[in-house]
Order: sequence, then C-alpha cells, then structure tokens
Amino acid sequence: MAGESNGAGVFGSSIRRREDPELITGQAKYTDDLQLSGMVYCTVLRSDYAHAKINGIDASEAEALDGVIAVYTAKDIEASGVPGGIPVGWLLPDMKIPEHYMLAKDTTRYVGDGVAIVVAEDQYTAHDALDLIYVDYDPRDGVADPKKATEDGAPLVHDEAPNNIAFDWEIGDKGQTDAAFANAAHVASLDIVNNRLIPNAMEPRAALADYNSITGELTLYMTTQNPHIHRLLISLASLGLPEHKIRVIAPEVGGGFGSKIHHYADEAIAAWASMQVGRPVKWTATRTETYLTDAHGRDHVTHGELAMDADGRFIGLRVDTYAAMGAYLSTFAPAVPTYLYGTLMSGEYDLPAIHCHVYGVFTHTVPVDAYRGAGRPEATFIVERLVDEAARVSGIDPAEIRRRNFVSPDAFPYQTQVALEYDSGNYEGALDKALEAIGYDDFRKEQAAAREEGKYLGIGLSTYIEACGLAPSAVVGSLGAQAGQWESAVVRVHATGKVTVYSGCSGHGQGHETTFAQIVASALGVPYDDIDVIEGDSGVMPHGWGTYGSRSAATGGSAIASAAEKVVDKARTIAAHLLEAAEEDLEFEDGNFFVKGSPDQAQSLPDVALQAYLAHNLPKGIEPALEATSFYDPANFVFPFGTHIAVVEVCASTGQVDLKRYLAVDDVGNVINPMIVDGQVHGGIAQGVGQSLYETAVYDDGANLLSGTMLDYAVPKAHFLPSFETDRTVTPCPHNPLGVKGVGEAGTIASPAAVVNAVVDALSPFGVNHIDMPVTSEKVWNAMN
Amino acid sequence: MYPSKFDYHRPSSVQEAVQILADNPDAKVLAGGHSLIPVMKLRLAAPAALVDIGRIDALQSISRSNGSLRIGACVTYNEIANSADVQEAAPLLAEAAGQIGDRQVRYRGTIGGNLSHADPASDLPAAALALGATLHVAGSGGSRSVSASDFFVDLMMTALQADEILTEVEIPAAGAGTGSAYVKFEHPASGYALCGAAAVVTRDAGGSCTGASLCFNGVSATAVSAAAAASGLVGSDLSDGAIDSALSGMSIPDATGDMFASAGYRQELARALGAQALRTARDRA
Repeated sequence: MAGESNGAGVFGSSIRRREDPELITGQAKYTDDLQLSGMVYCTVLRSDYAHAKINGIDASEAEALDGVIAVYTAKDIEASGVPGGIPVGWLLPDMKIPEHYMLAKDTTRYVGDGVAIVVAEDQYTAHDALDLIYVDYDPRDGVADPKKATEDGAPLVHDEAPNNIAFDWEIGDKGQTDAAFANAAHVASLDIVNNRLIPNAMEPRAALADYNSITGELTLYMTTQNPHIHRLLISLASLGLPEHKIRVIAPEVGGGFGSKIHHYADEAIAAWASMQVGRPVKWTATRTETYLTDAHGRDHVTHGELAMDADGRFIGLRVDTYAAMGAYLSTFAPAVPTYLYGTLMSGEYDLPAIHCHVYGVFTHTVPVDAYRGAGRPEATFIVERLVDEAARVSGIDPAEIRRRNFVSPDAFPYQTQVALEYDSGNYEGALDKALEAIGYDDFRKEQAAAREEGKYLGIGLSTYIEACGLAPSAVVGSLGAQAGQWESAVVRVHATGKVTVYSGCSGHGQGHETTFAQIVASALGVPYDDIDVIEGDSGVMPHGWGTYGSRSAATGGSAIASAAEKVVDKARTIAAHLLEAAEEDLEFEDGNFFVKGSPDQAQSLPDVALQAYLAHNLPKGIEPALEATSFYDPANFVFPFGTHIAVVEVCASTGQVDLKRYLAVDDVGNVINPMIVDGQVHGGIAQGVGQSLYETAVYDDGANLLSGTMLDYAVPKAHFLPSFETDRTVTPCPHNPLGVKGVGEAGTIASPAAVVNAVVDALSPFGVNHIDMPVTSEKVWNAMN
Repeated sequence: MYPSKFDYHRPSSVQEAVQILADNPDAKVLAGGHSLIPVMKLRLAAPAALVDIGRIDALQSISRSNGSLRIGACVTYNEIANSADVQEAAPLLAEAAGQIGDRQVRYRGTIGGNLSHADPASDLPAAALALGATLHVAGSGGSRSVSASDFFVDLMMTALQADEILTEVEIPAAGAGTGSAYVKFEHPASGYALCGAAAVVTRDAGGSCTGASLCFNGVSATAVSAAAAASGLVGSDLSDGAIDSALSGMSIPDATGDMFASAGYRQELARALGAQALRTARDRA
C-alpha cells in the first residue's frame, strides 16, 4: 500500500478500508458485546394490539420470578419525576404534537408500543418475566392506511388530531400550476403507493446504560448515528439530567440507514432503569423488536400529474400525498415528506410551475421517519414515473423527453419553483454517458426482436437529482428544524507529527476512518498511516450532528479540511519563524515548508509540530501546540445527480422480473475514495431494488404487522442481483472546500424508478402504465393476463 | 430471541428416544433444528423437553439394496444432494435437497426433520410423493411403514403419533428410461417454495411415456400429487404440446393463498413450473 499512502495523492485513491480487518474478523466491539461489572438486563413488554385502552397491569407474578429485580410501568416513570418524553425535533406550522411518553400510559397506539419493562439478572429471566405480566387490554379499532385514516369515521390515533391529520403542508404555487394544466396539450397522471419499508440494519438497536448516583453522571453506550443529538434529547426531554453529565458513546455500529438517528424510548428506558436499580442496564432489541419499533420508511399514497405542451415540454407538476407518520411523531419525521420531498419535485427539469400538497397522517403503526434517502426516493419515484408516463402519452422516447426538459448546463445556479437553488449540474452529460454504456439504441432493436419471440425485455431510466449534505443551519432552522446542521472537527498534530482527527460525524459503516484520514493526509502532506480518526463519543469530541442525509463528506469532511487548513496556517507561521523567512515567501509541498527555490532548507510538519509543543522558540503571539478546531456550516445543500438504467426481462409464464443489467452514472462531485463510493452506490442500488421488487411492510386492516419476520419481509439476496455497472461524471460542488457532494443515498433514490420504469416498459405491449412496488411476480402476471 | 426453559435429552438409540417421548407427552423431537429452534426462539412453540436424535448412529446412513435406496432420518440435505447413491437412484431427491435454504441450512437440516415437520412449502415432500417413498416409523408400539401419500395429513400434520419417530425413508431406485426434475419458484424472503414442482417420467425405447408423476409443494396445505394430469401423459410422446395439453385443465385441489401469493396465482405457477419440470424430466429420461 506504500504507493497509495503518502501525502497529497491519497485523496482520490481507492485505498482499502482500514475499518475492515476488525469488522470481518469479528473483533469489533458492538454495544451488545460490552460487559460492565454488575450489569443487568432490561426487556420491554410490547402491545399486541394496534390500539387498546389499558385497564390495568398485573405484574405480581413477574416480580416474584427468581432473578427479576423490578418491573416498571409508565406510572413508575411518572413517579420518578423525570420528563419522560420522546420529542419530535422538527416543527411545522399548526402541526399536532401529541404526547409521546417513554411507555404507554393508558392507551397503546401500535403493535410494539411499550407497556412495561422488566429488569432482571439475566436475559432469559428478563424475557421469561414478560410472559408473566398480565395486561388488561380493551382493544379498539386501528387504522394503518394513511389515506383511509383521514376519512371521516376512521379510528383516531390521537383525539386531538381530527381525521388523524398531523399536518397539512404545501409548497409551490397552486394558482400558477393549475393555470399551466389548463393550457396543457398532454397530461400524464398516476396514482401510486410508495411502499412501507423496514430498515433492517444488520445490528439491532441496543443500549448499555451506566448511571453513577454519586457523581450524577450517565454513560450511555448505544447504537446511534448521532451521539450528541441523543445526549441533547435525553437530557432535555426524557431524563432531565444536565447535558454535561451525560456521555453518549457509539461503539462499533452495524448499519443504520436512518433508523439509528431517531430518539426512541428504549435507550432512555435503559438509562432510567440504571438510575433506579443502581447498576448498569443493558437492553438489546430482538430482531422481532427491530421490526416492531425501528422507525419504518416511506408509506405514501400519492396522486401526481405532469402537464406538457404540444412539444413535450413540461409546463406544470402537481402532487398530492398522504404520508404516514405512524402512531407518534418521530424525531425528524415531519421533515421527511415535506422539506426532503416537496423540494425535490423539480427533479432535473426546468419546470415553471409546481405545487405539492402533503398530509402527514397518524396511523396505528410503528412511527415512520427517515430511511435511506428520506423523502428524496419518494420524490424521485413520482417524478421519474410521471416523466415515463409523459413519454408514453406524448409518444416521445423516454430519453428524448428527459433531454428536452433538463435544466441546461449553462442555467446554473438554477432556482426551482420549490425553494431549492441547484448550484451546479450537467444532466445531459450523465445521461449520454449512461445511454452509450448501456447501448440504448441497440437495446430497442433487441427488445423488438425479443417480443417477436414472446420475450419481454424492458429498459428504465431514472435521471435523478437529490439534495443532501444537510445542511445550512439557518435555512433548516427557518423550516422548522430544532437542530443545527453544521459539523465540527478537531485536527490535532501531536509532537511527533502523528495526527488525531476528531469528527462530530458518527459513522456506522461508511468508512470515515479511511476517507477522513485521506482528506487530512492530502491537506497536511503527512503519511496516511500517521493519521487516526475518532468519532462517536460525546465526551471526547466537540458537539456534532452526526451521520445521515449523505452529509458526512460534505459537512464533516469540509470541517476537517477547514481545521487542517488552520493547522497549516499556524504551522506556516512557526516555520517562517524557524526559517527566518517571510510567511508569504514559503511554499508548502508534501508536508514541507520551504522558501521558494530552496526546498533543501525545509521544515517538515513534524519538525514544526515538535517546536510547537516544546514552545522554546515560537514567534511572538503564537500559542503552543499544533491543533485546530473548525465548526463548518455549509452555504447550501449539495446536489448529486446522475442517470441510472435498469434492464429487465419479464417471464411470460410466471411474471417473474429478472433484473438483467443495472448501470449507474453518478455525479457526486470530487471523489475521496472511488472504491468506497462504488460500495455506497452498490449498496444503495441493492436497497432500492429491494424496495422496487421485494420489500414491503404489510399491515392488515386491523393494523397488525403481518410481515413481522425475515421469513415474510424480503430483503434482497445477493443472487437476486446482477453485477452492477458503475461510472461517474465529476461536477465539483462549488461551495465547499473539497468539491464533494454526498453518495450514501443516491442508489436508493435513483433505483426504484429505474426498475419500475423498466418493468412498465417491458409490459408496454400489454397496455400497462404502472405497477405499484414491490413489483411482485403475481402483480406482473396479473398485469399480463 | 430467547426460548422458554426446556429439558434436553440426547438418547443414543431409537428405542431410548421413543421411550423418552412416551414418558414426556410435551416433548418434541429435535433433528437439525432449523424449523423447531426458530419457532422456539420466537416463543411460538415452548416444548417442555427436546429429544435430540442427532447422535443416534442408526439414523445417519444412506444405503442401497434390492433395488431400493434407504436414507436414515438424520441424513442432512447436503449429504443427500451430494451422495452418488442418491444422485443415481433418486436424482429428484438430490436435486430438491440441493435447493433447500442455503449452505448452512443444508449442513444442518435433515430429511427426517423435514418430512416430519411437513411444511408444505418445503422442498422434500413433493419429491417424496413423486418418488413413491415409503416412510419407516418407530414407536413405543413397534415399527410400521407409511407410504408418502398417506404420511402428509394436513398443514404441518403427519401420520406420526406423538411417541413415534420417522427413522428411515425408502425409495425405489430409478429404472432405465426414467428422468426427473425439481423446479422451484422461491419466496424472495424465506427461500421456501411459493410453488415447487417435482416431476418423474419414464419412457420406453420408442420414446413413449410409460409412467409419469407430478407433485407440488407450496400450493396446498400439504404436498399434493397432480395424478390426473400425470396419468394424461401416459402413452403420449411427452412433446411440449402433450405436456401443455395435460396441464391445461390441471387444478390443484384446495390451493391456498396468503399475503405473498393468491391461490389462483399459485395454480398458474403450478402449471408453468409443472410444464417446465416435465420438459426437463423428459429431456433427462
């Protein structure tokens, strides 16, 4: 690896992930691997009913079980005097915010809602005791469908939210949009369901809480994507402990996909239980519990329409959506179907009139919140499906109609009709590259020939854009966020020239330890192996906002770059002093400061660091040591874009969809590590293909979760997928120091539309214009017959 | 995933196992554990005791004698899929066993556990039916033999009594001119069969069909034989047309639907996969 590990050339190289040896040999320590002296175990009794009044709870048998330390209910939490709340962190105007308590007080509102907890000496006893708690339920009707939930007479999730409407939100200009439709030559129209998804991070959620009653300090190891947010919410809303007395630590975290952003009751319960019993308390979700409690994703019922003029130019788009919130408002849930959804409705297109209206709806289901892509897959799906439908009704080729309507490369910055200002882009460039790689023109011939033989091939495009790199703090604040979205970094050069980097991000599979070190190696010109990256401990690094929304490179990476630049500036001052030269005469190359033209008389960064720590001979006014902190607040979102193409063959006798090829041309700006970027794209596509062909959370009419295990819920398996083909164009982000965008979610955002467009294309001889996801073989067979 | 408490027995002989079962009415037999352990971890089953028959030597072997193949109840899917004896004498069974689950499952799961569990979506029941297997059973009242067609009673219910253990599966060895195939439409989550078609055909020297069997997993509450459709092929030339014609009117009795696939769609899958299995079996005959 020597060739790829030195200095400036490290940025942009496919250096292997330094995280992997520990992970793949099973040496990494996850929350559930941790053991503390005197540790006990906590389990949560969960409602079997989607909706029920609790008449009473008899825990006497459980309490009498040998090994049980205590059984607690909401009454005990109330009696302890803690706030006990599970808050929502994004406020929309006139939004209904029903109380969400750590355990259900008198009503359960989804199957899985916590009712009581057991603390016991071992896990088996803790689970056995759950069977000995008798809850007197008075079952009520439940509702799971977000559109039906708004109908008069539907069971109410919360009495204070009539018709179960949590919020009524819109963006764009309705009058202008309606006028565009009045003048349309063609209108494409679709009714779609964006299926409900269960996150399925490989590691279930877990917490190990250790409260010290003498110091009043709580140490909480937990599966989190954002330790500081959890610290803040546990302090303010759940337990009332002072923020500085809480230390939240993220050990190795095995994936999240958004599900470990949110503040749930269970981790707070473990912490509260530790305060009660005076011993460390561990709670680890079973896989069943992850299905019943991890915030689900998507779950929209949408009507969308796209208006065109006679030449197939888009003149107006309108979208109406019923978006499930589930039983309570989860941490960032209100933002997902609004500011992360409605704002993306312009897609890659120059659309002069847009209106998007969204009802956020309570249902008797697990809360719905951000799941990989969060709002942007939903937006891309309806836009890209409508564009294909527009191609169908206007008779224009799907590639051509896109080309005809793209925002042109010279139109940036481009102000959309839905708030976002796109900073850069070259959409046709990515489309052309993808069409050439897939052989689009030849494919159409092949498709026609295959149809003659009774074989049904289809091709689907998804020309997507997304807004990520969350986010300018003042902007999200004005939109309702109760959080900032800047990011922090500390770059600390030690006396020996070795470097430790602290980031406020909190990776859980993304490879930050590798990529962030690559940034610093390039910036400081020190060997990659001399740089360590530390994240995920609120007791160690400055406040940060964590890892989600494809933000870590754009915000956390930029913070690191900015801190590294400060280090270089200070080192330059010291080096100039040591070289007895003027600062402006110094060059900095490969980690060495030297006067222009005299590279042999150099002070290396380690030389300067040693002098900075000795502080025997520093320039006047310069403090000792060599480190810098940066808090970086981005100027704008970043806007990755690209073209994804799926090729499918549909089996005429069974309806089975065979994904034959999948090609992605993404533009994520400058690339820190191409291998890691490819990995993100591959994983994202697999997850999006999962949504489009296999995955769906099924609730029955009584709001019981039917797809409650991995026997029922189909996460895609490796053999379902072809080897993906990936390529890139590079349009650097103009407003951050690295020119990077984000790549974590692009695959899940782009791929569902590409796959469904391909299936619909394959079925065009049957007059099919839409099939809801997941596109199962039975749905396809029915459409063909 | 923490099961309730249970007693654990590990007998070393069939007689001992049967006695433990007779003495413990709430006991369950544990073989490979790939069906029982998950439902225990979900606390959907809470047997008072497990009788682990995995170390009983008499249940571990594959043998051939007098034109029949005998497979001990504790032989794993992996052993069946890779056994030269099974591949030669009952290639259908090897093919079906090789499609079960994944590698880990095939190294643990056993033929006896599979057939006794009688999950209609599993892969071996239709093969056992199509091959005319005889199931040898031991109980406290002695030993007996049950034909596969009598063994599967209803959804996860067999002819086994509570104190009986399936000990051996006997299959008549395939004769000359016989071909078989197992074709499966996998449920994307579980990997079980939404529909699995097991076909066996025999042709005479002139290519004419002298015997045919077509059985399905995953369509009804038990594995089922489409006897009428199969008998319609006898005397035919097994051409694609003959196969399509034999299957055109086929309707599996009591087809079941669930949230993954309706009963009607399962019928369609049975026709499509049945035809594919028959064509492949013909080409191998």
